[in-house]
Amino acid sequence: MRSTARFGEYGGQFVPESLMYALNELEEAYRTIIPSDEFREEMKYYLTEYAGRPTPLTFCRNLSADLNCRIYLKREDLLHSGAHKLNNALGQALLAKCMGKQRIIAETGAGQHGVATAIAGAALGLPVEVYMGEEDIRRQSLNVARMHMLGAKVIAVASGSRTLKDAINEALRDWVTNVQDTHYLIGSVVGPHPFPSLVREFQTVIGNEIREQVMAKEGRLPDAMVACVGGGSNAIGMFAPFLDDPVELWGAEAGGEGLAGRHGATLCGGTPGVLHGSYTYLIQDAFGQILESHSISAGLDYPGVGPEHSFLHDTRRVIYRPVTDAEAVDSFLYLSRTEGIIPALESAHAVGLARQIAGGRGPDDILIINLSGRGDKDVAQVAGLMGGNP
Amino acid sequence: MNSRIDGAFRLREGPLIVPCVVAGDPSFPESLQISRELVDAGADMLEIVMPFSDPVADGPVIQQAGSRARSAGMTTDRLFDLVREVRAETGIPLLVMTYANIVIRRGIRKFYRDAADAGADGVVVADVPLEEADPFCAAARMAGIDPILFVSQTTSPERREQILAKAGGFIYLVAALGVTGTREDLSPQSIDLLKVVKERTSLPVVPGFGISTPEHVRRYTHAGADGVIVGSALIRMIGDRGSSGSGPGNRIGDLVRAMKLAARGG
Repeated sequence: MRSTARFGEYGGQFVPESLMYALNELEEAYRTIIPSDEFREEMKYYLTEYAGRPTPLTFCRNLSADLNCRIYLKREDLLHSGAHKLNNALGQALLAKCMGKQRIIAETGAGQHGVATAIAGAALGLPVEVYMGEEDIRRQSLNVARMHMLGAKVIAVASGSRTLKDAINEALRDWVTNVQDTHYLIGSVVGPHPFPSLVREFQTVIGNEIREQVMAKEGRLPDAMVACVGGGSNAIGMFAPFLDDPVELWGAEAGGEGLAGRHGATLCGGTPGVLHGSYTYLIQDAFGQILESHSISAGLDYPGVGPEHSFLHDTRRVIYRPVTDAEAVDSFLYLSRTEGIIPALESAHAVGLARQIAGGRGPDDILIINLSGRGDKDVAQVAGLMGGNP
Repeated sequence: MNSRIDGAFRLREGPLIVPCVVAGDPSFPESLQISRELVDAGADMLEIVMPFSDPVADGPVIQQAGSRARSAGMTTDRLFDLVREVRAETGIPLLVMTYANIVIRRGIRKFYRDAADAGADGVVVADVPLEEADPFCAAARMAGIDPILFVSQTTSPERREQILAKAGGFIYLVAALGVTGTREDLSPQSIDLLKVVKERTSLPVVPGFGISTPEHVRRYTHAGADGVIVGSALIRMIGDRGSSGSGPGNRIGDLVRAMKLAARGG
């Protein structure tokens, strides 16, 4: 297990003094509870028996024929709850329970993390309250309903841009107020240390399984891997076990209307600064005020990014590229019709980038796409965009 | 350091009353006028808040004030203009309060140099705890500015000692867990914490967060506070004014005067 406060110059703990108590307590739990046999056994039970791990690594015949290389999808869409978020939610909820916390709060953008946290809370008997921007509540009503059914309380956030960024602000304000009995179950590899390392710890199961599965199927490592990056937890989970291997790593950011317009491509179009407790790339103005991001997918609509991605961007170990709203919608339909798999709009960005980088490869090249979530939640939105004329 | 802040604490008759004004709320000239009202009412030190888009340590009152100010065009450049104009009119110590990204984006050293040039005496950064404080404290000392650090109810004794060793000017005592905002009751733990911190340092100790009434001021005065910071209770009055324009100045001044009286045992 690696746990550092900084990734190069990125990361850190830029929080009010009152929160340092909770961050230190969490770091201590990270160091002592997670490596214990008891915790590992519990996690194993929840991930396999309950959540349905390992998820398949699906060889896609039609996609491979169309793109002329060997395409695999890592099927996080088949995980209970419909997205990779559950890996982290179960891990942190279990940790919170071991720490004796009485209450869990979370933020959510697309609603997937809120749903995952609501599920973990129900399974482990912890009350859950989820902060969600009003704008996101409007565009992700299905997930709001799911959270309600699961017994979680959804708190509408009306400040700022009323999206993920503002939901995180409100969750941090709640946490600083109720720091002694509450665990803040953050949904991505963002926030102050130790969150980026902790969330990576729980999401690395994705990459570890890929490694085993691709070795079993192909007898070698892949040539390239692609994941979408909002905060960046599915990408870090996929990439982490391959950082020292000769494997191309690609991150698809939310290109929105294109980098000249409104977008959420923090690494491709941003500059470093401090948001939500860590030093990382941001979309900000000349004076350090955070600007509103834009993406068709609520899960990528965030003006920051996990600090480890900032480091991997500067060192060029991972190449990040923007994928526009239009390209994402096109790839949403492309995957649906080519393979019969409806991806989340977030994951459709990764499919879009995979289509771009597949060109010029040999037919034996292996390319793995992280299909981080399923697209049921986005069907109404995309149908609306098509004006009822798909 | 022989700073304006040290001088103010040395010469004090009772705990210093430190009111806050949000720079540019609801407009630049009005925030300058409000600063004057606060000084005229007897402020012993003034905290000028530079708004940030994502103020996680602040409650709704200061969030909304910050939004009003940013909508009216407040920037870091204009902040220093405001500090300069207030400095031209008063000799009391001026504090700048903001968030890390505002400082980092300008360049940490440049921010502190500009603050000093404009006439500020101390800088408080809400989201810079001990772990991140070194470059901020170094830049502050280089510019002749006091680096003001926080101690909270959740600060462990070991951390507290490290913070006391690194801080300058005074210790900002976080008097309530949570975000800034008015509160009816004052937390008994904050009184205990104040007493403990007073025993451990020669620096003045100044509670802030939730201090809303002259009665609160009286309680902290009895407990030995060297000053009190009053934010949301005043800033709320700016927001309440609405478009009718019936001057908030007097009400703001009245509260400061009442607190001043309370601090002197009245």
